[in-house]
Amino acid sequence: MNPNDSTENFAKNISMQEPIKLPGSINITGWILLIIGVLAIAISFFVDRERSSFNLLIMLMFLLSIGLGSLFLVALEYVAGAVWSTPVRRVSEFLSSSLIFLPVVAIILIFNMHDLYHWTHSEYVQSDKILSQKTPYLNYVFFIIRVAFFIGIWLLFYFLIIKNSRKQDKTGEQVLTKRNTNLSAAFIPIFALTITFASVDWMMSLEPHWYSTIFGVYYFSGTVLAALASATLIIVLLRQKGYFPVKLLQDHLYSLGALMFAFINFWAYIAFSQYMLIWYANIPEETSWMLQRWTGSWKFVSIGLIIVHFIVPYFALLSQPAKMNPKRLIIMSIWILFAHIYDLYWIIMPTYSRDGAVFGWMELVFPVALVGLIIVLFSYKLRNNNLVPIGDPKLERGINFRL
Amino acid sequence: MPDKIIPEKILYSVTGIFDHPDEIINAAEQAEKAGYKKYDINTSYPVHGMSTAMRIGPSKLSYIALVFGLSGTTLALLFMWYVSSWDYPMVIGGKPYFSLPAFIPITFEVTVLLASIMTVVAMLFIFFKLPNNSHPLHDTDYMKMVSSDRFGISIQASDPLFDEVKVKDFLQNLGAHHITPIYFDESEISVKNTVFEPKFIGFLLAVFFATAGFTYFSLNYILAWGPFNWMWNQHKLNPQKRSELFSDGFGMRMPVEGTVARGYMPYLYKGNQAAASKYMINPLLPTKEVLSMGQQKFVTFCSPCHGYLAKGDSRLRGQFPNPPSLHSEKVRNYQDGDIYHIITEGQNTMPSYAKQITREERWAIILYLRALQRSQNAKETDIK
Ligand code: HEC
Repeated sequence: MNPNDSTENFAKNISMQEPIKLPGSINITGWILLIIGVLAIAISFFVDRERSSFNLLIMLMFLLSIGLGSLFLVALEYVAGAVWSTPVRRVSEFLSSSLIFLPVVAIILIFNMHDLYHWTHSEYVQSDKILSQKTPYLNYVFFIIRVAFFIGIWLLFYFLIIKNSRKQDKTGEQVLTKRNTNLSAAFIPIFALTITFASVDWMMSLEPHWYSTIFGVYYFSGTVLAALASATLIIVLLRQKGYFPVKLLQDHLYSLGALMFAFINFWAYIAFSQYMLIWYANIPEETSWMLQRWTGSWKFVSIGLIIVHFIVPYFALLSQPAKMNPKRLIIMSIWILFAHIYDLYWIIMPTYSRDGAVFGWMELVFPVALVGLIIVLFSYKLRNNNLVPIGDPKLERGINFRL
Repeated sequence: MPDKIIPEKILYSVTGIFDHPDEIINAAEQAEKAGYKKYDINTSYPVHGMSTAMRIGPSKLSYIALVFGLSGTTLALLFMWYVSSWDYPMVIGGKPYFSLPAFIPITFEVTVLLASIMTVVAMLFIFFKLPNNSHPLHDTDYMKMVSSDRFGISIQASDPLFDEVKVKDFLQNLGAHHITPIYFDESEISVKNTVFEPKFIGFLLAVFFATAGFTYFSLNYILAWGPFNWMWNQHKLNPQKRSELFSDGFGMRMPVEGTVARGYMPYLYKGNQAAASKYMINPLLPTKEVLSMGQQKFVTFCSPCHGYLAKGDSRLRGQFPNPPSLHSEKVRNYQDGDIYHIITEGQNTMPSYAKQITREERWAIILYLRALQRSQNAKETDIK
């Protein structure tokens, strides 16, 4: 690539390249996984509605992590004026489209809230002094209003930001970057608040007596990890198979690896902060949550969480060469995605099964559907969009990025 | 010695400037290929891939970080273990003496602190050779450029392959501009470092004494002057001071005659152990709870002198008139009231514990003491 080319010629060069065609088998695999997954989910609903609902909640939170986390990464690039990530930004943009499916899952869950949430049982709440004090916040109507409001806001920002980004492919106008930067600056504080309340609503209220002020940040750290890992996985896979239209250097890979590594540490930091404060203060209404996760076989799941979510990825990504090694990055992205599901399972399932961990086919089919959905979504987006934002004025600098 | 004219300026190196990080990486690779050993690259920020291009292995600095980081971890843990579970074990917040979760933040901080400080110190003093701060490249246009937005290479004259003309050609071919030789004075690099000069040491000492003196003076004198002493003069009655409020000048008041303070029970047998022995009976039963309360209070208040088993084998032995064993014939035959009286009033060198131990606790201690006595001098009937 001649660095002296003007940006215009440069954009033309890329757009004149063949559109990227993934092998059809990928799309078909995606559909098969999705259909099998959805069918199995439907069956699970009739087999054990309660357990199925809990699993659906895990799926919802995972979908939210990928969709909203990816949108956050896109917004972060705009706000920070980051250059290195411009060539790969589209991957996160495509992934953030999974936000569109959020309402579907949320509506199903809202119809099954009675199975999930203690505080929806009015006869129980009345006899409980603490819960009846919380009813102004924890009640059906307000809950549904919040869910609708949050999803509405996320989708609004999703459509606005993605629309500008796509439009820039054709026009190449600088002002669209400016507009997206402003939108992102508005989005990030809203994101911080909504993700906190969403995690409190969906997950913390499973144990309505319990509270942890750091819970939103805890979920956020996992969200960013999941979004980063899924983007990294796709980027590195496309690069290795030769589908990525521009040359991604080790510098790009290193940046992705370093970000993942940073957020692994961030997650551990937040998780430990939450644990230590609860352990130290030793107040019954706070410790109950941790003690539940120390009951029966949950104990091993809890210990496993530390290993899976921190120790293994920490050492696997510690060294500098590891952060730019494509193979290592692929394996660790898959690992981190698994770790995030594990984390959600650890947060959500103890409410369903108090005596010990449960694991069966039901816990497996939901992720299958999720993977299928994301493959199908991504290849659909890939067929209808440029994988690289060819009109973005930062693109050239992004491709020539050196650490 | 060959009769050469010693030039006033000595050639240090030939330098060239590039505009793009790729070019400087290329330049480093070519310099390696050409076999130059003594050359250096100067950039205003770390260019990744440079160490591979220059074929210098990974920096040794990270080992220093590792060693000091791990020392920080162990030192912090050892220190906290020594302080809080060995030298002065103290229960804090009901946690075990050695409670790892509470130690982790400190361990983490000390690890990071020691690793980062020592890395910087090692970098400055080992790798940058501080306090020597002179270098031929200093104060040159070359340095000005590479410290803002250019990338420079400097091939040193001490390299065995060095030849001024050839090196200039070499840089020219790579596309460098501003190709300039750099000269230096002998005096420039043989500057003696000034850190150990008496003047400097004297200056440090002066600063030290000035700071220490000022701190001492301000803490001990200035704070006693108005208006800084407002914390010292408060509107309250200090000990040994005359009260302005009461006509008799006393701040502490006597209780109104014929009354007692709330919750206060006067002791009826002051100075009269015989009556205490005769009229008082232990109101408590030796239940598990009572005995464990008695044990706790005995261990806290009595064992320092009388020993855990009340044998007089205390930790204070030798530092204090030796306290007697409480297993003597005399104490075993004491009524509960006798012991109650001794705890309440004290006996000779043993002080009164009426202030520290509530009435109920005193009775519990007595029951526990009875159990101890029984354990040391069991009756024949106990054996069954
Ligand atoms: C400061 C050390 C000290 C502590 C603490 C202490 N004692 Fe004593 N105690 C003594 C000494 C010394 C004597 C012997 C006094 C004397 O010379 O008559 C004594 C005597 C006694 C006696 C009488 C023994 C005898 O043979 O006359 C009894 C009973 C007794 N202590 C019980 C207690 C109990 C119960 C406690 C806990 C509440 C206690 N002591 C705490 C130092 C102590």
